[in-house]
This record gives sequence, structure tokens and C-alpha cells, in this order.
Amino acid sequence: MSQTTKIEDHMLGIPHARAIGMTLLSHDDTGTLVRVPYAPHLVGDPDTGVVHGGVLTALLDNTCGVAVRPPGVIESSGPISIATLDLRIDYMRPAEPHRDILAHAVCYQRTHHIAFVRGVAYHDTPENPIATCVAAFMLGTRNEPRADESGAAS
Amino acid sequence: MKMLAELRAQGRGRDMQAVAEQIPYARFLGIQVDRKGNEITVILPFSEHLVGNVVLPALHGGAIGALLEITAILQLLHDNACERLPKTIDLSVDYLRSGRPQPTYGRAIVTRHGRRVANVRSEIWQDARSEPIAVSHGHYLLTPL
Repeated sequence: MSQTTKIEDHMLGIPHARAIGMTLLSHDDTGTLVRVPYAPHLVGDPDTGVVHGGVLTALLDNTCGVAVRPPGVIESSGPISIATLDLRIDYMRPAEPHRDILAHAVCYQRTHHIAFVRGVAYHDTPENPIATCVAAFMLGTRNEPRADESGAAS
Repeated sequence: MKMLAELRAQGRGRDMQAVAEQIPYARFLGIQVDRKGNEITVILPFSEHLVGNVVLPALHGGAIGALLEITAILQLLHDNACERLPKTIDLSVDYLRSGRPQPTYGRAIVTRHGRRVANVRSEIWQDARSEPIAVSHGHYLLTPL
């Protein structure tokens, strides 16, 4: 159970993920699963109540980013981190209002420097996707405060 | 009445700041719009809830993607009146630099404006427009009036 608690707490350390309401549900050999519950502030079209595409971008980006890490490893702290290089999203159909959105991502290739990931966002089953994505991540980017972070615009 | 029709009825159909204020997710991000002639600049002031990496710190890739998409959609709405908000068909984002905890600006170029589909390139920057932190190109489904 402690493992479950730790995984569920992961998104709390990422302010934007927390603000959107993401919860990491699982991260294992089969991939990474994240949930976003429907919330009024996520709406992109006030006429229909459909969630904004940016929410799916954030959800898929974050889910793919976790999937890059080896199963069981979710810590993003430490001196080495990852960075999204590119992310392509296809929007298949609008998300249905008032329903949770799930995202599942699989890292299908990992080299020394680059990881390749695909993901899908859905309500009930990945076979009926809201959106799909492919992404590439740079591994081992520097993860320490910037030296020039004095507040001065340079 | 639909949101865009209502704004047009109030004479604010081309006021993209007003449109952004009607979109809950744009309000959540804190999106602002500046207009100079036929060009609009979308502004995302820094806010703690946009951070994706607290160590650097850096903006979340999702906030960056959302800004690129909103920039494209507002430029499309500004150029041509639509019945409904343009729907994103696909979006391809290149992340070029990490986003610092400071304001970010976005501009979009409509590469092709068809009757039903538009191709739009967006770029966003912080210190200098010549050093974008991310660029995107996407296809958007339109519902012209």
C-alpha cells in the first residue's frame, strides 16, 4: 500500500499537474496511467462544456514524461532530469463533459540520450481514443537551479 | 445564445481579450491578449501553478502547448468570424528551450486558411522573439459564418 500512496502523491510535486488535478494511478511494465477528473476550470468551450485541448496536451505530456522513467522509478528530483523534445497530438473526438479522462503512455524505445513514447487519452477504453500522441524526450538534462536566476532579464 | 454570437451582438466579435475571458481554461492559465492592427499577441503572465519542474524552475510542457494552441485559435478567430470555436485536429510541438518563471508571449501565422481547415504555425518566446522557447504547427477545423 505504501507504494500506491507514493505513486498517488507524485503529481503533488508538479504544480501544473496538481492545478489540473492529475493523479498517477500506475507505473509498471505495461506503461503509465494518469487520471484527470472533469472540472469547470478545464473547460475550453463554454457552449458545450468540452475540456480544452491544452488539458489533453498537459495530461499526455506529463504521462509520457513519467513513462520515460524505468518501471517503479517515478522520482523527478535529483541532478538529472528529462525534457520534452517534441510532442504531436491528434485529437480524435471531443472529451465528454463531466467524465474523468485517463491517459496511458508506453515508452517503446530508450537509448542513452533519447526516449520515444506513445500515449492515448480516453474515457472507457484506449480503443476509443479522445486523443493520441507520440513524443520524444531528451534524457539526462541538467536539473539544478539556473546560475543566472537573479531575476534580471538578460 | 452561443458565446461568439453573443460577443458579436455586443460588438466585441474581434475583441480576443473578451473571447479569452469567456474560456474557463484560458482564465485558469491567466491568458491576456494584446492587439496591434491585424496582429495579436497572446500573453501568459508567470504564475506558480504553471510550473512543471520546481527545481529549475521551468514551465510545464502542457502550459506551453496550451499557449501555442490558444495563440493559433485566437488568431484564427481574429482573422475570420466563426460560428463556433475552431477545433484542433492535430498539434505538433517542438520544445526549444525551457520556459523560465517570467511572462511568455505568443504569435501565430496562418499558413493556409481554407474554408473548413486552417494550417497555423505558432511560436512563443520570453526575452527575445528571435529565441522562441517553443514552436508548433497544427490543423484546425473551422465553422465559418
